[in-house]
Amino acid sequence: MIREITIGQYYPADSVIHRLDPRTKLAGTLVFILSLFLFRSYAAYLVATVFLACVIRASKVPFRFMVRGMKAIVVLLMITVLFNMFLTPGEPLVKLWKLTITREGLELAIFMAIRLSYLIIGSSVMTLTTTPNQLTDGLEKGLRPLNKIHVPVHDVAMIMSIALRFIPILLEETDKIMKAQMARGADFESGGVVQKAKSMVPLLVPLFISAFRRANDLAMAMEARGYHGGEGRTKMRPLQYQKRDRIAYLTLVVYLLAMFAAKRIAGF
Amino acid sequence: MPIRTEHLNYIYNPGTAYEKQALSDIDLELPDGQFVGIIGHTGSGKSTLIQHLNGLVRATSGTVWYNGEDIYREGYSMKELRSKVGLVFQYPEYQLFEVDVFTDVCFGPKNLGLSKEETEARASEALRQVGLGEEYYKKSPFELSGGQKRRAAIAGILAMQPEVLILDEPTAGLDPHGRDEILDQIQKLHRERGITVVLVSHSMEDIARYVERIIVMEKGRVRFDDTPKKVFEHYRELEQIGLAAPQVTYVMQTLRGAGMDIDLAATTVEEAKASILNYFQKKAQEG
Repeated sequence: MIREITIGQYYPADSVIHRLDPRTKLAGTLVFILSLFLFRSYAAYLVATVFLACVIRASKVPFRFMVRGMKAIVVLLMITVLFNMFLTPGEPLVKLWKLTITREGLELAIFMAIRLSYLIIGSSVMTLTTTPNQLTDGLEKGLRPLNKIHVPVHDVAMIMSIALRFIPILLEETDKIMKAQMARGADFESGGVVQKAKSMVPLLVPLFISAFRRANDLAMAMEARGYHGGEGRTKMRPLQYQKRDRIAYLTLVVYLLAMFAAKRIAGF
Repeated sequence: MPIRTEHLNYIYNPGTAYEKQALSDIDLELPDGQFVGIIGHTGSGKSTLIQHLNGLVRATSGTVWYNGEDIYREGYSMKELRSKVGLVFQYPEYQLFEVDVFTDVCFGPKNLGLSKEETEARASEALRQVGLGEEYYKKSPFELSGGQKRRAAIAGILAMQPEVLILDEPTAGLDPHGRDEILDQIQKLHRERGITVVLVSHSMEDIARYVERIIVMEKGRVRFDDTPKKVFEHYRELEQIGLAAPQVTYVMQTLRGAGMDIDLAATTVEEAKASILNYFQKKAQEG
């Protein structure tokens, strides 16, 4: 029942996108998201759509996995769209009772909807094609320059990779404890808000205890294997840019130019 | 009440890259009052199977019948089924959450909507059955030893007074003493109350000593389903699927190979001893 959460879930497949250096994918995702907010034009979004579709196609991940991540933000999306649609002042289009839909509002609502959903799908492409470990490796190496200004990059990356690693473990644990309490007649579904909150106690108490126990065990195991932070630590598989990464960066530049051109030439 | 499964199939994560057939076409019947052992390698589907028996997992296809009723029928009360088919999970002590042992054991019967008196009576009875006296009632579950915690957790299921008791690896992680204690108490319970007991384990030794029927699972299918003696005759095949017959079986095989005329079907140390002594007696008489 809880297994349906896709954020941070890797979809194993053999594709170019999977093989790209995680730094390339991180940079690519960042550029893609920025481009969505920088170019406000239908023509540019058409370019973004084509680009996104090509990347998804190349990743060999079924499209419905991307859409699954959207479920989480449906409510947020609806609210954004409605607020923008009704509360933006401008030239009125339709009048519904006391609410007015303006041309500017409608336009803004459409843009926001596109931006938000592309943002989610774009980052899903990254998380679905990159294992959490690769992702933190990429972050660590990509952010290494920040070490100079005393940002503990290695420690942050380690914390992130452990946190990510614990998500499926804790999900599984939650599932197990939930089932165990259901076997004792616990009911997690029916009842009002108060009742539901109360019914969470038999789930949350064991979950927290187990999380602490696991954290303790992990810390001990890391120390036993001589972990002492990032200083002097080398990688078994150091990240190295390949030819395909250079091609990817080049594609990214072409994409940006196309966005720019689309906005300029089409002008809408 | 008897449980029957019919063409039970279960697929994990259908339609994804992680798709896995966990159970294929399981037909089983568990009559009243039987002491059954389910054995299988890790990932053979035994835990998945028992979670079907009290409706925690819904089969991809196939049906489970409890007392002649289809549990997937619309309007069937899963809550009632779960009170009748008690399932003790692996490491059940991880589900303890109340401030003291007694309150925790009361959680199950309280969920059944019983009165306070009835709930407390059942909790005391259950704690007595697992051998935890009144001095433990007000203790925090975290003050108990591993074996005591586990017994408190088992009491939490017993307090619901199930007609079928299923235990998933109840002895995992316990020392030999704690293991014998728990298994002996389960056996006593089976004899006293006549309930059906299903014991899931991967230790042949544990199982051979207590159960009257063994179900061997392999890759989501039932490989053998018979009395312990009959199942252990296939000890070569058991080895192939990563299991082993009890050690006495090997001892007896070796002795037979050395020319001693002894009973190969002995599954416990006691039976083996009797058979070997019997052989020497006969030999002494002849000689």
